[in-house]
Amino acid sequence: MTQSHTLTATGLARTTRFRLDREGWISLSLLLILVVGATVAYLAGERFFVNLASRMVIIALAGVGLNLALGFGGMVSFGHAAYFGLGGYVAGIGAFHAFDMTPALGIPFLPNGSDQMIPLWLTAIALCGLLAYGIGRLSLGTSGVYFIMITLAFAQMIYYFAISWPTYGGEDGLPIYIRNQLWGLNTNNSLVFFFLCFGLLVLALSFCHRLLGSRFGAALTMARLNPIRLATSGVEPRPIKLMAFVISGMITGLAGALFADLNGFVGTSMLDWHRSGEIMVIVILGGVGRLYGPVAGAMLFVAMEFWLGGLTEYWQFFLGLVLLAVVLFARGGVFGLLAGRSRHE
Amino acid sequence: MLNVTNLETFYGPSQALFGVDLSIAAGELVALMGRNGMGKTTTIRSVFGLTPPSAGTIEFEGKDITKAQGFRIAQMGLGLVPEGRRCFTNLSVRENLLATARPGHWNQRRVESLFPRLAERRDQSANTLSGGEQQMLAIGRALMTNPKLLVLDEATEGLAPVIRQEIWRAIRTLKAEGLSILLVDKTLKEVLPLASHCLILEKGQTVWAGEPDALTDDLKDRYLGV
Repeated sequence: MTQSHTLTATGLARTTRFRLDREGWISLSLLLILVVGATVAYLAGERFFVNLASRMVIIALAGVGLNLALGFGGMVSFGHAAYFGLGGYVAGIGAFHAFDMTPALGIPFLPNGSDQMIPLWLTAIALCGLLAYGIGRLSLGTSGVYFIMITLAFAQMIYYFAISWPTYGGEDGLPIYIRNQLWGLNTNNSLVFFFLCFGLLVLALSFCHRLLGSRFGAALTMARLNPIRLATSGVEPRPIKLMAFVISGMITGLAGALFADLNGFVGTSMLDWHRSGEIMVIVILGGVGRLYGPVAGAMLFVAMEFWLGGLTEYWQFFLGLVLLAVVLFARGGVFGLLAGRSRHE
Repeated sequence: MLNVTNLETFYGPSQALFGVDLSIAAGELVALMGRNGMGKTTTIRSVFGLTPPSAGTIEFEGKDITKAQGFRIAQMGLGLVPEGRRCFTNLSVRENLLATARPGHWNQRRVESLFPRLAERRDQSANTLSGGEQQMLAIGRALMTNPKLLVLDEATEGLAPVIRQEIWRAIRTLKAEGLSILLVDKTLKEVLPLASHCLILEKGQTVWAGEPDALTDDLKDRYLGV
């Protein structure tokens, strides 16, 4: 076991280094646009645009999560709203009980609800990990359209569960009156909150970068390309895919917790299957299996939602056209158009 | 080491193997021969659990692996170099080698000294390699799992003569180091001097087994079509 660890640490270290080739420059530029955009908007007193940037960052984070399963693991999950929503409800329910000074979930011997972001984030990540483990265990025996349908079915179960739980608003959702706190930071300040989300996005991206450059990442690629050939090399493909699926759910869940805090509200719309589709659209739009693809996808998606949505309520018609164009003519997505083909394509 | 007895395998309703017997002792190089479509690859697929047999037994080092899953069989020490030099083309040479590596005698350095071309191409993506280099990579990848028995399915098929020689040289080195090898190949000129035993399949059955010297021209003509 120790030897396999040294392999992880040293053997593939070269590929985990961030390289400033064309792909690196484009990735860096995307992040810079977000930071500069948010800062300029803040200085100009345009809080709305700062929040718009935060929205891009959070949705990108959800996409980074899904991309790990869909793009790198080849698992087309149509139920990632479950993790997004569960993360959101953790933030909402924590704040609800902290506001009421009642124990979490109303169960007497549990600690009181919390309005601190760190424990809420960790709870969201842990619960989403457990949920993804359960769903993944049961769904990974299937593939193709069955996998899509099973993940969708699980997500719908959670959706209806949330609708029928009146304590936390049911169909009306649950407001978060005071944004959750992080140490001494003023999280109500839109720019502070933006940088919190941005920091987590960068953290998630560099984590995925390291993960995919490791032995695990290579094995995950093998499991996607040819699980049988991987098995004849003595590695069972399923636990590798399950691990990636769990991490994927955790990242998307963290994004959900941030999204609830951004909006000051968590509702069943976060669990809706439309939401699963939206996250998937972002990944496809940005570039499936490209680390920074979801960042590009989320920026484009939110920008279209804002500008086209301001012009017509049928803006999704145009989203559909763009998606069609990407699928037909630019298989690498927007990121593929900007950064060229990936290393091994 | 590997004992296969009376193996019968089906692809759906059609039977491909009608009783294959095969045995390899430690340190031996056994050549599995026969014309196209006689069941050589199916035998290998059955041994590795990819097309599980419906009858017969497969034992590896005294343990019954007839019903075992593919990855368990590989973990026990069977290494496969599949037909058609199958590498993971989206990954670099180094990633191909290291992702499924298991501790043991074979490591990246030893594989690279066996195939110096792989050292030159270390960070290249596998799909930029030539066919021969991909075959070397496939062999290297199997060696990195440190198998006790290496199975090579048509390792030199369709390669340029110079590259074939490089691969044969590597196979000779592996044999000299004492690795047990099961070899499927059609070039008798290269196989026969190396083999400890030969086995001929026809229509899914073992029809002949013996020393390479005992393989007369008459037998070659009858079973191998040469």
